[in-house]
Amino acid sequence: MLFQFGNVLVFIALAVGFVFINLFIGQLIRPSVPSTMKGTSYECGEEPVGSAWLNFNIRFYIIALLFIIFDVEIAFMFPIGVVFKQWVAEGRGMIALAEILVFALILLFGLAYVWIKGDLEWVKKLGNQGK
Amino acid sequence: MIALPLFGFFALLTVGSALIVSFSRSIVYSGFALLGTFFGAAGFYLFLSSDFVAVTQVLIYVGGVLVLILFAIMLTNKIEDATTSNPSLNRIAGAVLTFVLFLFLVGILSGTDWVVQDEEKFASMVTPIGNALLSSYLLPFEVISIALLAALLGAVVLVRREVR
Repeated sequence: MLFQFGNVLVFIALAVGFVFINLFIGQLIRPSVPSTMKGTSYECGEEPVGSAWLNFNIRFYIIALLFIIFDVEIAFMFPIGVVFKQWVAEGRGMIALAEILVFALILLFGLAYVWIKGDLEWVKKLGNQGK
Repeated sequence: MIALPLFGFFALLTVGSALIVSFSRSIVYSGFALLGTFFGAAGFYLFLSSDFVAVTQVLIYVGGVLVLILFAIMLTNKIEDATTSNPSLNRIAGAVLTFVLFLFLVGILSGTDWVVQDEEKFASMVTPIGNALLSSYLLPFEVISIALLAALLGAVVLVRREVR
C-alpha cells in the first residue's frame, strides 16, 4: 500500500520539479533587461486601480461551502463504492444500495430546497426573499 | 530506507508551514501557508497506515476547507492592512501557555509506550471502513448526512440574511 502512495509521491515530485526546473532553466538562458514598464501589471498600458485584495462577493463563500458539504459526502460514499461489488456478491446488494440511497437522498432534499428558494442564483433579485 | 527521510520531509513541511501560519504578519500569507500544514498532515496519516484519512485530508482540507478559509479571509474588511488583520497580542501570556502545553506534550511523548509496526502490516483501510459504514456504523453514517444537511441549510439561511 505504501508503495502505491510512492507512485503518488513520484507524480507530485515530478509536477513540482517540472515547474522549478523550467523556471531555473529559463533564468539561466534568458537575457535580463528589466525596466519599469515591464514591471507593470498589464504591459499593454492598462493602469491597474486600487489593490488586488478586495472584498469578495459573499456568493463565492456560499458556493465554496456547498462544495465542501458535497465533498464530504463524496468522501463518505467512496468506501461504500469500494465494497459494493463484494456486498452484491454476498447477496446483500439491495441493502447496501438502500443505505447509500438514503444517505444521498437526505442531502438531495437540502439541495432541492436551496435550489427552489433561489439561493444558488448568482444575482439574487432584491425584495424577492423567500418567495 | 526511504521512509525516514520522507518522514523528515513531511515533518519539516508541516512545522515550517505552521510557523509561517503563526508568524506571518499578513493573514493572507498565513492562509496560503496552511496548504503545507494540511498536506504534511496527510503525509503523516499515510505513515500511520490510514490511507483513507490521508486521501480525505487532501480532498476535503486541501481542496475544500482551505479554499473556504481563503474566501473568508478575502471577505474581511481592510484585508490589505496587515496590522489590523493579524495582530500579535498578549505575547507573555501566550509564551507561558505555549510552554506549559509543550511540557504537557513532552510528558505524553515520554510516557507513552510506542508500538512499532512492521511495514508488512500496512494494508488499505478503505475496505474495512466501507464494511463498517454499511453494517455496524450504519446509524452514524446516516446521521452524518443529516449533519451535513443541517450545515448546508444553516449556511444558506445565514448568508441569505446578510445579502439584501
